[in-house]
Amino acid sequence: MSFDTQTWVNVAAFLGGGMAMGFGAIGAAIGEGYTAAEANSAISRNPDISGEIFKSMLVGQAIAESASIFALVIAMILLFTDFTSVSCVTACVLLASGLSMGLGAIGSGVGSGFPAGAACKGMARQPEMSGRLTTNMLIGSAVCQTPAIFALVTSFILLFTNFSGRPVSPTWAAILGAGFASGLGAIGSGLGGGLVAEASCEGISRQPLSVTPVTNIMLLGQAVTQTTAIYGLLISFILMFKAFPETSSIAPPMALLGAGLCMGLGAIGPGVGEGFTAQSAVRWIARNENATGDLTRIMLVGQAVAESTGIYSLVIALVLIFVV
Amino acid sequence: MAIEGAEIIKAAAFLGAGLSMGLGAIGPGVGEGMAAAKACEAIGKNPKEAGLLTRTMLVGQAVSESTGIYSLVIALLLLFVV
Repeated sequence: MSFDTQTWVNVAAFLGGGMAMGFGAIGAAIGEGYTAAEANSAISRNPDISGEIFKSMLVGQAIAESASIFALVIAMILLFTDFTSVSCVTACVLLASGLSMGLGAIGSGVGSGFPAGAACKGMARQPEMSGRLTTNMLIGSAVCQTPAIFALVTSFILLFTNFSGRPVSPTWAAILGAGFASGLGAIGSGLGGGLVAEASCEGISRQPLSVTPVTNIMLLGQAVTQTTAIYGLLISFILMFKAFPETSSIAPPMALLGAGLCMGLGAIGPGVGEGFTAQSAVRWIARNENATGDLTRIMLVGQAVAESTGIYSLVIALVLIFVV
Repeated sequence: MAIEGAEIIKAAAFLGAGLSMGLGAIGPGVGEGMAAAKACEAIGKNPKEAGLLTRTMLVGQAVSESTGIYSLVIALLLLFVV
């Protein structure tokens, strides 16, 4: 029994669509569940403002949902577009597009749930700060969503770029590697960014006077947390746009696939770890504003060290692409 | 297309190098982040000891970095020696 290329393209489109929505549903569901749990505990603490808490729970959940909606969009495109088969590369493009968006939505979905939960809890503690808490929740969640948006950008570029002029081998592996690099690379940064934003909402409700330093350091910490997702995006752009010479050997394609996996997986740990660091720094700046300078310094030093393994991954990925 | 044994070995070495460094980077990244998080907490509680705490944090992170460096070494060995 043999299949023509068009059959494989259709198979890849349906498989990619399924994986986009399947993986993409994980994060948002966990994040929104966390928000709802915190909102319940907040309402039990201060039932008088249950309306306000309920409203901010829904706003926070709506933001956490957006990563999942991106995945739904990609899944719909994959399911309902008629892709004409150019070569086996088209099948890999569709698969990679689904993987990128599906995996990329996990971190942002979980991460955005944290600030929303902390904002609900903070309102119960300090109802008069609810305006400022909503603002910080929105800023923090928006930064959390950026890794998912990187993954969405990669998916769209994959879907709408014409790869027909490229040699089948090693382009198929470069395309799959690009999907893994931006999809897996978004998980850590999304999760880490959410932890930082959570601490800022908690901090503002504990110590309303510390709004300015808490917001500033939150943004600084989140920016550092995003770097590994940016490395993932960088590697996936190189893999998508560099013209690789045709080869009949199996080794060069595996090097490109390995580069994508290396950067994607290697970005997870530093993203989460830097998020923990900045979360703790923001939390303690709110409690002890006098130590802001010391805390910012040690946060940046700690994040720099945690970043090192992400940089090793970047180096190995670049060696795999350009040297071997 | 006939694939020779030597090519398969090379392909596996490349893929293995990528997986080694990629998976090996997860643990140290999370662990070092936790160490730095606790150092921030400790400085928040007791800012006078910032110097001692920074030193301890860096030593602890250096130790947890070691597995990341093992992964890097193995990846480089797979790329250039095997």
